Amino acid sequence: MEFFSHQTSYPFMATRKVWYTLSAVLMIVSLASFFTRGVNLTIDFTGGVSAEVRFPHAINVDEVRTRLAAAGFREPQVQNFGSSRDIAIRLPPDPKQTATETRARLEAVLTGIDAAAQVAQLDVVGPQVGSELRVSAMWALFFTLVLIFLYIAFRFHTWRLSLGAILAVIHDPILVLGFFSITQMPFDLAVVAAILAVIGYSLNDTVVVFDRIRERFETNRRSPPDVVLDQSINQTLSRTIMTKVVTSIVVVALLFLGGAVLKGFSAALLIGIIAGTYSSIYISSAIALDFGLTAEHVFPTVKKAAFDHLP
Amino acid sequence: MLEYARWKYILVAAVLLLATLFALPNVFGEDPALQVARKDHNPVTTEASQAVETFLRQRGIRFDRSYIDSGRLMVRFANVADQLAARDAVNDQLKDTYITALSFAPRTPAALRALGLRPMPLGLDLRGGLYLLYQVDVNAAVSQALEGYAQDARRALAAANIPVKDVITVALGSERANAVRVVLPPEADVNAARNALTQPLAGLSVSNESLASGSALTGVMTPAQIRERQDYAIQQNITTLRNRVNELGVSEPIVQRQGIDRINVQLPGVQNSAEVKDILGRVATLEFRLEDMQNNAFEAMQSGRAPLGSKLYTHTRFGRPVLLKREVIATGDQLTNATTGQSQEGPAVNIKLDARAGENMLKTTRQNLNKRMAVVLIEKRRESSEVNGRNVTRDVTDEEVINDATIRGVFSNNFQITGLAAGEARELALLLRSGSLATVIYPIEERAVGPSLGRDNIDKGVTALIVGMAGVFLFMAIYYRTFGLVADLVLLANVVLLTALLSMMRASLSLPGIAGIILTVGMAVDANVLIYERIREEIRKGVSPQAAIRAGFEKAFSAIADSNITTLIAGVVLWVFGTGPIRGFAIVLTLGIATSMFTSLMGSRALLTLMYGGRRKIARLSI
Repeated sequence: MEFFSHQTSYPFMATRKVWYTLSAVLMIVSLASFFTRGVNLTIDFTGGVSAEVRFPHAINVDEVRTRLAAAGFREPQVQNFGSSRDIAIRLPPDPKQTATETRARLEAVLTGIDAAAQVAQLDVVGPQVGSELRVSAMWALFFTLVLIFLYIAFRFHTWRLSLGAILAVIHDPILVLGFFSITQMPFDLAVVAAILAVIGYSLNDTVVVFDRIRERFETNRRSPPDVVLDQSINQTLSRTIMTKVVTSIVVVALLFLGGAVLKGFSAALLIGIIAGTYSSIYISSAIALDFGLTAEHVFPTVKKAAFDHLP
Repeated sequence: MLEYARWKYILVAAVLLLATLFALPNVFGEDPALQVARKDHNPVTTEASQAVETFLRQRGIRFDRSYIDSGRLMVRFANVADQLAARDAVNDQLKDTYITALSFAPRTPAALRALGLRPMPLGLDLRGGLYLLYQVDVNAAVSQALEGYAQDARRALAAANIPVKDVITVALGSERANAVRVVLPPEADVNAARNALTQPLAGLSVSNESLASGSALTGVMTPAQIRERQDYAIQQNITTLRNRVNELGVSEPIVQRQGIDRINVQLPGVQNSAEVKDILGRVATLEFRLEDMQNNAFEAMQSGRAPLGSKLYTHTRFGRPVLLKREVIATGDQLTNATTGQSQEGPAVNIKLDARAGENMLKTTRQNLNKRMAVVLIEKRRESSEVNGRNVTRDVTDEEVINDATIRGVFSNNFQITGLAAGEARELALLLRSGSLATVIYPIEERAVGPSLGRDNIDKGVTALIVGMAGVFLFMAIYYRTFGLVADLVLLANVVLLTALLSMMRASLSLPGIAGIILTVGMAVDANVLIYERIREEIRKGVSPQAAIRAGFEKAFSAIADSNITTLIAGVVLWVFGTGPIRGFAIVLTLGIATSMFTSLMGSRALLTLMYGGRRKIARLSI
């Protein structure tokens, strides 16, 4: 079986203005939503309390909320999840209380509602932990991008390809952020891990295309760069699609079967993989072309001339 | 012709064989178990274990079997429901004698266990338990050290009969106190004072100062000494926390340093037990001091000034203030053991001191017969309050005199403290036994996962893994036919190898870790796809099957290497920056790249060469 029974020859370079526009629109929408609505950060980043509680019978969410407020908890968020017997509670951080005190008070309220209430999960995160995590997530993102830029520049001898790769790679997490901002799905620490993995994977595709570009330039130095880029993308197209289909199979399995904990993580991966496949086909090579990539940059002839002078 | 070196075959076979062995223990799974330990820390006897078994049978709780493992009784169950029922029953009825902890007992056969092979430990999100992140107040450790220097200085100067105006801690060129200043009266002999201070201030750089009121000697702690002191405090706290966790009978606890001034504690199987947290975080120690019988405590309270060399305690168990001498005879740190006992006056704590403190006690009691000695219980805690709309936290030290009694006889390192309630005596003994925390710690993060949720997470993770892998296997077999089946075998080998590495590293497996394994399966396909697509390209060019296979591997190599290294970079950064489950994911991601490179480059090449290599005539490839 083959997706493409013969060698494709889609004109990716000639149509690049269309894809630039599409990407620009998606990124603007994503960023606009991110800066206006923000993302629904979980207590991993904000600090606070998150609890999952199971009651022996159906429970009235409003009653729980009123009881919590009466016990002095500010802005309690209570909602059903899974079934009418299960509720999820979220409370903002309270710097005046230690984790232990908060927990004791919360448990007192819950057992006051029903002595048989079972706390399946209870997380209390201090505000300082949350803000530190925000900072370290930023650093992780920053270091990943810098290291990757350096690596590509080192491997492919030209900043034009590095720039194409980095822009494509920045493009992908922005779309993931946009997705989380528009859907307001909970954005937790695992989503950050997924975004970093997406950066790695998206690059993976870009690098395979670049590797082919390097190879094509080596064999046909005289072909115009846009032809070489089109050939390279078309020749690796089958592999790009195939790998992403297979990876998507496992990510979809995680999304639907992995449970609530992995929902955000797998959603971020799926969106990221789609965006990454798109950007490595349509964006990364096109940018290198617009910055004037030629065979000369990948295989400088200067070196060859230097060797000619040797005895 | 298609060939592959013999040593490479041998390497692939050897690695896979070893990997299978190391991964094997994970196949057998784990039984939910209940660990039952005696409260008084004596080993559980065979009779006692039979008693517990009979008790469980009477309650109609089914269990598989039970055995004694290093002094603790382990009871295994077929399911979590029975395990929880058993725990509740034991906690209900046998509470006074036993403490329980939920645990998992691997079903690994004895032969594998004997080889030291164990399954991957499960993270708290998969087995349930309590995670606590403590902030350690390292600055308090420094001020404590300075207080210690100050006290030693006072004592040495008094012994040498050198008059002192005051001994205080000061901040020199720093935001926090980092020096001890001994202020001398104008007529004092500075050199004599300096000589007397050589020993108590050893290690500090001591310099003369002239203040408006006279001269002073100041000993400064260097930044290195301060850091050392802080590290010591963290290490000491870790040791103490470990002791306390062990005292509580938690199975397989983890207590480790995180960052500069934090400690994370993972207690598998512990449910929201308030007692656990209360005991872990308490800073309690004792001081034994002589009572100042020359002066009147009530007068001191009224004037608000304690006489020189004494300290006024208003918070006492017996309702009247006392003046105690500043010199401490012994502290809780010098204890070698503390157990609960009984005395005529009710519950008591039997104290055993180390040799040095015992000697000091002997000397003191001999010289001070019929005088009074007091026991001070010191507890530190953190208090938050709102001042002018802002939150202010401060450390509060509660000092309570729990006992003040006449010294009736001479004693040294073995004696009793009385004046406590029953529960209090037990808790104090435990706290003293486990050592005191070097400084205040307070929880800044706390996560609890119930045992059934953990089980639920495992089931979901494993289902996703099986379905995901099955999907990939099927798809590869359809898309690449025979070569697809080869890729499937290679993927399987990859999972085995990854599992083996994770088991060897004893890295605990969390839900994101399982996700990492699933993802690795998805990504490991990539190397095979790159190779196969190249082979197809070569065949389309009209190259012979064997040459196509060789060219496929050779030409795909640079793409595989480069693309994997970029993912590796992301994985390593996550590894460095992440904590807990995220680090688990990063470890799996990073190792997965390494194992998938090995299996798809070497493993599949070996297999394909076996199938198509040598002098065989191959008409066409099933790809």
